Amino acid sequence: MIETIRRMAIRVLVVVALAGAVAPLAHAGGRQQPPPQPPAGQSEFVPVSELPEAEQLPAAPLLIAAYAVVWVALLAYVWALWRRLAGVEKEIADVSRRIESGQRRS
Amino acid sequence: MGLIQKVFYFHVPAAMAMFVSAIVCGVASALFLFKENRRADRFAVAAAELAALFGVIVLISGPLWARKAWGVWWQWDARLTSTLVMWMIFLAYLLLRRYGGPGSEKLAAGVALFGMANVPFVYWSVNVWRTLHPTTNVVMTLGPGMRGPFWWCVAAFMLLYVLVLAARARLEESRARLEELYLALEE
Repeated sequence: MIETIRRMAIRVLVVVALAGAVAPLAHAGGRQQPPPQPPAGQSEFVPVSELPEAEQLPAAPLLIAAYAVVWVALLAYVWALWRRLAGVEKEIADVSRRIESGQRRS
Repeated sequence: MGLIQKVFYFHVPAAMAMFVSAIVCGVASALFLFKENRRADRFAVAAAELAALFGVIVLISGPLWARKAWGVWWQWDARLTSTLVMWMIFLAYLLLRRYGGPGSEKLAAGVALFGMANVPFVYWSVNVWRTLHPTTNVVMTLGPGMRGPFWWCVAAFMLLYVLVLAARARLEESRARLEELYLALEE
């Protein structure tokens, strides 16, 4: 039993040692290939105003979206506010009526 | 800058409305905290909601302009980041008021004071730090063709702000009145 464990431990150590010896060689072999060159657009700074016409974004959709967001947000808020106010005022009228009818009975 | 420059006529007045709303909320919260003025607290809630609303407008219209002008939707520069943080402070105020339970009004008022203190930081951030965002000089150096429409939009936004603030404060007053009526009904 002890002999079996000893032999397995030796085998594991040999495998680890071989893996440690081979890994730097594989890494060095990989280094011999030159790294891929990034496209010019990723390695050089190009101001947005100097981009070629084909790569520039159209402004109209962005402008329309911005104005639409402003109008929709404001109108939605005003509508929601009007609904909340109407609900509370209706409830005030109901509760006031209940108080008055309670006072009349007493 | 071309067509996308026209976002400026909504973006900047909305930002001004957001700053005014933050200051109104802070001042009203201070009156509530130190003078126990309940009416001021109702104005503070109304102003905080409007600060969040105009903040949404600023934080959406800005990136739509930036995508064209800078080539990116967002940059973590001083002006953009500080505006986002200020907007989140007023969101936190609203969440506290909604979900904080009894006694959260004073804590929320403290948060509003902190939010108001942020306004000068946000405004001057473009002048103090190097940012992509245009500086505060832009408004003062507008061409004659732009000055008129810009200040017209500012006036329109301020009028809109005052009217909506009054309506929202009226909602808070109505809710307070309703609470009093329910208490009277129980008696």
